Amino acid sequence: MKILIVDDFSTMRRIIKNLLRDLGFTNTQEADDGATALPMLKAGDFDFLVTDWNMPGMTGIELLKHVRADERLVKLPVLMVTAEAKRDQIIEAAQAGVNGYVVKPFTAQVLKEKIDKIFERVG
Amino acid sequence: MESTDNWHQNERFLGELKERSGLLIEQLQDNNFEQASDVIRSIMDSRDQHLFNSVGQLTRALHNAIVNFNVDSDVVKAGLERNGDSEIRDASDRLNYVIKMTQEAAEKTMDRVEIAAPIAQSLGQEAKKLKDEWDRLRRREVSKEEFAELYTRIDGFLLQMTLGADALNDNLQAIILEQGFQDLTGQVLKKVIGLVTDVENELVNLMRIAGQVEKVTGVYREDVVTKNVQPIKKGCEAEGPQIHAQLRDDVVNGQDDVDDLLSSLGF
Repeated sequence: MKILIVDDFSTMRRIIKNLLRDLGFTNTQEADDGATALPMLKAGDFDFLVTDWNMPGMTGIELLKHVRADERLVKLPVLMVTAEAKRDQIIEAAQAGVNGYVVKPFTAQVLKEKIDKIFERVG
Repeated sequence: MESTDNWHQNERFLGELKERSGLLIEQLQDNNFEQASDVIRSIMDSRDQHLFNSVGQLTRALHNAIVNFNVDSDVVKAGLERNGDSEIRDASDRLNYVIKMTQEAAEKTMDRVEIAAPIAQSLGQEAKKLKDEWDRLRRREVSKEEFAELYTRIDGFLLQMTLGADALNDNLQAIILEQGFQDLTGQVLKKVIGLVTDVENELVNLMRIAGQVEKVTGVYREDVVTKNVQPIKKGCEAEGPQIHAQLRDDVVNGQDDVDDLLSSLGF
């Protein structure tokens, strides 16, 4: 299971990386915005994308739309982990095809739950 | 001070206007057209004078505002080179400092946890193994040789435990110390908040004086028009953390709300 973590704050990437390692996912890579992440996704064989929303360059929602528009990435499971908490934003993310949405600050328990649920559905 | 100045000036201008309009009517009724046009000219002169005064005040207030914030006047004039200090730039620096401090604190804290966790883990594992041996000893299942080995292992474990406990304690203390960033960043943020409030007050003051200039010149902002223009509907903009989430209807209040909303959308 190869996972890409996208967040402009390295601390948050590290927190997520640590939590994922605790859950047994050790093969992770990092990117600091959508513009960096997209070529990595297109080139690499990632199984899962965890992304923030608010980032300079390309935001997480734009990244999600690009991912869903790419026929090779269209089925890639995407979990959004973000401080963006407006209802309109969550609806927009859902309509853009996000697989899970976690608001910051979050707990290890919530992250685990959402990831489990995504893989349950994806199979 | 300034507002009483303004008031006096306005009063004087209105007084002059009233007085001279009476004079103008008188002159016109007496068919003294030459004197009438002199009166009109003097009314225009005092209107101009009033306008100049108001613009002068606006300029002075603007100047004061710029000086107050130490905005580099060379930058304002030329828009080229950036030198000297301005409070606005200082505020940006302060905010960057907050980002740096919080990042460092988070990183150091995680460093400490990453050092401490394996110590706790290995102590726990060794303790569990010894417990199993100890249980066997209590059940009298241990041979003399095994007992000798257990004896040495317990000795080693007790030493490891002492060292480990010290190391854990050191790391925990360091984590607590690291939280000092909250105090430091809090102070910096308070200063920036103070500056923002000052900027707002100065801007309100400038708007008030500019409003008087608009009144004298007869230029009014067409609020009605701008009000009717709908902002172009765009996708959602990123906003960062919501400060008053619990007071707002358009914002979810925690993960449970997110889950409810998503499940209502068929997730």
